[in-house]
Amino acid sequence: MKVPGSGLFASLRFRMATLFQRSKVNAEMEEELRSHIQHRADDLERSGLARAEADRRARIEFGGREKYKEECHQAAGGNSIDTLVRDIRYSLRSLRKSPGFACAAVLTLALAIGANAVVFGVLNALILRPLNVPNEKSLYTIERGNDKEQSTSYPDYLDLRDRNHSFEDLVAYILAPVGLDTGNNPSQAWTYEVTGNYFDAMGIQPYLGRFFHAGDERGPNSAPYIVLSYAYWHSHFQDDRGVVGRQVQVNKHPFTILGVAPPEFEGTLLFFFPDLWVPMVNQEQIQGLKVLNDRGQRDIFMVLGHVKAGVAPAQAIADLNSIGKYLERTYPKDDADMTYSLARPSLVGDMLGPAVKGFMTGMMLLSGLILLAACANLGSLFAARAADRSREVALRLALGSSRNRILRGVFTEAVLISLAGGAVGLLGSVALLRQLSLWHPIPQYPMHVAVYPDAKVYLAALLLALVSGFLFGAVPVRQILRTNPYEVVKAGSSGIIAGNAGRRITLRDVLLVVQIAICGVLVTASLVAIRGLVRSMHSNFGFEPRNALLVDTDLRTAGYSGDRMPAMQRRMIDALKTIPGVKSVGFTSLIPLSGGGATEDVFADRTTDLKPSSAAANVTVLRISPEYFQAAGTTLLTGRGLSWQDDKDAPRVAVVNAFFARKVFGSVTEAIARYYKREDGTRVQVVGIAEDGKYSTLTEDPRPAMFVPFLQSPTNETALVVRTNDDMGRDEAQLSQAIRNALRELDASLPVNLQTWTSGLDLALFPSRVATVSLGVLGGMGAMLALTGIFGLAAYSVSKRLRELGIRMALGAKRTEVLKAALGRPLKLLAFGSTAGLLLGFLASRVLAHIVYQATPRDPLVLGGVVVAMLLLGLLATWIPAQRALQVNPLILLREE
Amino acid sequence: MNDQAQLLPGTLDLLILRAVSLGPLHGYGILLRIGQISGNALFVEQGALYPGLFRLVRQGLLKASWGTSENNRRAKFYELTTAGRKRLQEETDSWNRLATAIGAALSQQPEEV
Repeated sequence: MKVPGSGLFASLRFRMATLFQRSKVNAEMEEELRSHIQHRADDLERSGLARAEADRRARIEFGGREKYKEECHQAAGGNSIDTLVRDIRYSLRSLRKSPGFACAAVLTLALAIGANAVVFGVLNALILRPLNVPNEKSLYTIERGNDKEQSTSYPDYLDLRDRNHSFEDLVAYILAPVGLDTGNNPSQAWTYEVTGNYFDAMGIQPYLGRFFHAGDERGPNSAPYIVLSYAYWHSHFQDDRGVVGRQVQVNKHPFTILGVAPPEFEGTLLFFFPDLWVPMVNQEQIQGLKVLNDRGQRDIFMVLGHVKAGVAPAQAIADLNSIGKYLERTYPKDDADMTYSLARPSLVGDMLGPAVKGFMTGMMLLSGLILLAACANLGSLFAARAADRSREVALRLALGSSRNRILRGVFTEAVLISLAGGAVGLLGSVALLRQLSLWHPIPQYPMHVAVYPDAKVYLAALLLALVSGFLFGAVPVRQILRTNPYEVVKAGSSGIIAGNAGRRITLRDVLLVVQIAICGVLVTASLVAIRGLVRSMHSNFGFEPRNALLVDTDLRTAGYSGDRMPAMQRRMIDALKTIPGVKSVGFTSLIPLSGGGATEDVFADRTTDLKPSSAAANVTVLRISPEYFQAAGTTLLTGRGLSWQDDKDAPRVAVVNAFFARKVFGSVTEAIARYYKREDGTRVQVVGIAEDGKYSTLTEDPRPAMFVPFLQSPTNETALVVRTNDDMGRDEAQLSQAIRNALRELDASLPVNLQTWTSGLDLALFPSRVATVSLGVLGGMGAMLALTGIFGLAAYSVSKRLRELGIRMALGAKRTEVLKAALGRPLKLLAFGSTAGLLLGFLASRVLAHIVYQATPRDPLVLGGVVVAMLLLGLLATWIPAQRALQVNPLILLREE
Repeated sequence: MNDQAQLLPGTLDLLILRAVSLGPLHGYGILLRIGQISGNALFVEQGALYPGLFRLVRQGLLKASWGTSENNRRAKFYELTTAGRKRLQEETDSWNRLATAIGAALSQQPEEV
């Protein structure tokens, strides 16, 4: 048999052959060795031995056949893949022998890695992922003043855009809802109302048709064009390529569909995807406002642009600030505090960015702790397993196996478990992330968190799995390296354990304390968050959300303007009041805590120079109907409410909240009948004082608010609060239908949003809910890990000391003494770990106060809750081992020995 | 067995190559041949031969084929490849140089230094 080619080729062939035809090679090797032994036996037989004796001698002379076979394999393959395959097989075999251990380990890790993958997936989507815009790195949003305000007025934007030397271009946009009628049904759609240069400056090419450009802006309402987002085109136009050029009604004005944006471009915010883009010059048709020429109206949501190549952000800021100085000088009436800074646009710069980052980093840290706890848990499981297998290890060492080989086996086992756990965890988290991406947390806004897992998430999960595998695989290493085969075989299994138990603090103890402490942190944090949420649900908002329905509509989108607006609003109020079950109906331009909130500067009556810097306060403005206070459940502290007589022909009046009264007039009593000035210079008399409340966010500090009659300052923003009988839940569906019918009778083209006020609070409660749910989940996982950890240690220590316990019982020990002997150590560790966890948790909870309203760890319920939770955990975890310890039958045990 | 010398590390391969250079042999035959050509002065543990054989096959110095032995048993026969023959020559030369040098070094008398 001639082997063609070089030795290298032959060697390769041989390697391949050994790798792929393992069983065949094995059989050949077996046959070859057998043949050798037979030949030797033939010789021995010839020298006079009986055949059986000759066979026996030949086998002895040959030496350790398995060992040589092993060496042959290595010599033939020397092949790491091959050994790896064998290690894996061996590990699988030994894991199959203890399926309970394997399942527990895989599940533990799956949970921990899954949690990490989910948190990382969200972090990745919100923080690490850039906006899908070319050259995203140089894209900045411009913030103004110390409060880092994003909002700007259109004239200021134009000055910034045209006078700067640092940006390639600047675009501006406003988020606005419109009524879109494609021919059959008017429905609400969300737009980015953008400047004409938007698409060109962002460097986006149309998927279909064309975009509008700066050149299309030729004065008010000159560009009745819309660009559809791919998703909206897909869901509302069924991918019809014929939409380009079609005319649709936007707020009853004809607009032409120019094109469709590419699927990967979903606007310039990471969580607010527009359905369509419309040019800002058409603001009057879209928002019903004509404020593009008003420098004091900071209606623009965000200004952003690419910093020119070679210009440092600091230079750009200096450039903007010099424009700011110019603006302050030139327009002192409108512009004050015109200093600028730059921020990332994807999370509205410093408005959400830091909070989201802080929260996500915290969550990542906590889920990292979970993983660490899981590793500690598995590490002690592995250590216990290694201790149980010390005889096996000793025997293998005695039979000539190398420590390396045994360690490799342990690590293979650990990594196998971690990979399996990682895979299961990743599957779960991918499913969860997909669900999360489809989730619409707040129905009335097109908000979603697109957290589809990408390669980074998979990679992170894989890395975490491997790292944790090596982490807990490393725990028993020292134990194995120290194993002295001679001692172990001599002493029998119980000997070493007794030796170990004598040591004061073992590695396993430390691991368990760490794990319990981590669990304590998580339980504390989640309880603090839950308490905070519950309290904020029952705190005083300045209105009563229960038993109230909210009707939200926009008259402008139905084509109303001027005097027709208040008339229509009044007709709506009157129509709804007649519905049976409705107690009162109030109109307001702003539903508190619904996420918006127009503010306005007010001035003391004697102030004549009405510039921002001399304002007495910046107040939230609610334009309301007389019955609003009854409908909303807002208490009037003193004075009178508003009446229908306070119309545009009557003197201007307002009800202010107590904070306003104290801030502008010094006290509640002094404020009544006094005057103050609004931005446009009108003098307003205070006729009543209402209680304080929350207006834009739950966590806001008390702030001034004024309630002015909607007849005196008309608005198109129309929200109606419908106060119903006290048990609305029963009739809610019926009432909603009646309300819809009544409004349809008034005007069938009116888009109406209807919901209970409690669900209207979703947006306000969203952050605390997210925080609470995620902390709750992590807390639960931490608790579960601690449970299994304590259970593992307790069960192990009981089972190892069964004999000792039996002897104690036989010698007359009491049940309590037996329990103390069996479980004293785990319980001591539990107490120690929980205390540490509680303290750390309190420290961590301070951070929470920023996210969850009224979250404080200084709360006896929280403290008690944590203690009770940890006690319950301990009780639960040690129950079964304790039962086992108590049921020891000394007779049977001693007989067994 | 005590009068048999332990093999120096690395010399087993050389002995196998040498044994096989005189004609194809199966494993047990190689063992006997080593004993024969070394005048039974070298001791090779029987099983230890095989890892060496596999190593040499992997290096392409030996090739193996199944055949029938003088005892009428199936056995795997090894023979030198061209590379093996070349390697044997090189190893023999270098061993001889080493042996000569060490021998010379050890036989030096003190006054000659």
